[in-house]
Amino acid sequence: MKTRITPGRIGLYVFLFTAALFFLVPLYVMLVTSVKPMSEIRLGNIFALPLAPTVEPWRLAWQAACTGLECEGIRGGFWNSVKITVPSTVFSIVVGAVNGYALSFWRPRGAGVMFSVLMMGAFIPGQVVLYPLVRALAAVDLYSSIPGIVLVHVIFGMPMMTLLFRNYYASLPDELFKAARIDGGGFWRIFFELMLPMSTPVIVVAMIMQVTNIWNDFLLGLVFAGSDNLPMTVQLNNIINTTTGERLYNVNMAATILTSLVPLALYFISGRWFVRGIASGAVKG
Amino acid sequence: MVKQRSRTSIAAWIALLPMILTVVFAYIGTMLFTARVSLSSSRIFPTSDFVGLGQYARLFRNERWLLSLENLAIYGVLFVLACLVIGFLLAVFIDQKVSGEGVLRTVFLYPYAMSFVATGLVWQWILNPSLGIQQVLRHMGFEDAQFDWIVDQDKALYTIVIATVWQASGLVMALLLSGLRGIDEEMWKAARIDGIPRWRVYISIVLPMLWPSLSTAFVLLFAMVIKLFDPVVAMTQGGPGTASEVPAKFIMDYLFGRANIGLASAASIVLLTTVMAIVAPLYFARSKVVQKRSKA
Repeated sequence: MKTRITPGRIGLYVFLFTAALFFLVPLYVMLVTSVKPMSEIRLGNIFALPLAPTVEPWRLAWQAACTGLECEGIRGGFWNSVKITVPSTVFSIVVGAVNGYALSFWRPRGAGVMFSVLMMGAFIPGQVVLYPLVRALAAVDLYSSIPGIVLVHVIFGMPMMTLLFRNYYASLPDELFKAARIDGGGFWRIFFELMLPMSTPVIVVAMIMQVTNIWNDFLLGLVFAGSDNLPMTVQLNNIINTTTGERLYNVNMAATILTSLVPLALYFISGRWFVRGIASGAVKG
Repeated sequence: MVKQRSRTSIAAWIALLPMILTVVFAYIGTMLFTARVSLSSSRIFPTSDFVGLGQYARLFRNERWLLSLENLAIYGVLFVLACLVIGFLLAVFIDQKVSGEGVLRTVFLYPYAMSFVATGLVWQWILNPSLGIQQVLRHMGFEDAQFDWIVDQDKALYTIVIATVWQASGLVMALLLSGLRGIDEEMWKAARIDGIPRWRVYISIVLPMLWPSLSTAFVLLFAMVIKLFDPVVAMTQGGPGTASEVPAKFIMDYLFGRANIGLASAASIVLLTTVMAIVAPLYFARSKVVQKRSKA
């Protein structure tokens, strides 16, 4: 495989460069729009560089943009998203790890069937279970609350988390588990002292997956969080789609970037792990 | 020993309790509940009367529902095909030992880390006819340039395809690239000795070898199609008119906006049945393949 410069090679780079441009343009447009004053935006050239860059739209987006009746910016949504994402991620990983461990090593009779049903659950459209879940949560006084939305995220994340951990534990040698059993380890002791310390790689992947999924969620937050706890994605949509008067496109774009910042940062920092999470997230049978 | 075994088994069952409760109540229970409501005349609150398949009959006389099903079918085919083709091309081209591979991979995949809402809003802005691309083209001297799909009844759906393909094709690229990297170098040598052109090798040999990665990608994309809701809300809100209505949004509107949970439940069950009819055979076929492989 030599890499000489041939017409084919040039074509190859032209294709890749064009594709990269297509993928980068929205990011570029977002960035330049978010630092332009409205007077420049009205000129109607979304690709132009800002003549007089300003950070004012960012300040407005963070603390003064209107979401419906209130005008306190998107910062409330940011903190709501943090309050939802952190416990949801922790609990769904704990549940997934215990499930995966029990299913891979203990295999209680009948659990395989439960697992199959759970995996089918990954394909149930959210809308099918939405209304009954609302009723159920309302019955136990959890509807429109942080614990309620956290519970919903744990339920919806369970198929993927269980699958992830089950596959990981299935790849560990069975002898390890048998040796621990012979040494008299019980269910929880083997889990906490042997399996969990060995699970760091899969926990990292699970964390990236869940933080990204839960942070980016819109539907569940919209329905279950309640008006005091709306996550950032819902507030972002409210800012952009319900403004009265002139639309402040620069503020909108700043708010969009702010909302995407957490998952994007996670992606740029974690890189390879992120891809690994996607690959293992798919149903492997 | 027997005693020991039964005790540990109990510990395992206790550990699996959250999963069992989820399966029984959150999945099976809610589905049965929805199925039951779909057979009643419920409006704002569920009622316990029985009207047979009346809601389903009304559902399939509802223009908006029929339109949203049609839209989802068109969207699904275009979205999945475009993602697979673009993702495959990107993966193959990146796999030609290009320089800057890491940067390119990062660029192609970053949209996938964003939320569909954010993606939808950015594209809504770019496609905005009075300030977006159309306006830029006009400034450049193309006075009659027209690119107003997002406000065009017949084309609004395609703008959602564009935005979501932009977001998800990097995912296919990442999956296929790892598949390509798993292919043996020997195969390439053999193909070269036989004088088979590279593109032929990709189409006839590599593509079939990528089947596992392709089916994984397909499953993930299919799940996105069924759940299509956020980008529609963010970009067109189902409009103009009802031109880009989709089932998930239809159900949400009838559940919370129009307080007709009987009809919404019937719609949910139709959606669920469709999903299962497509996923179940696929799931079955895959576990067959896995079984065969583990035996071999």
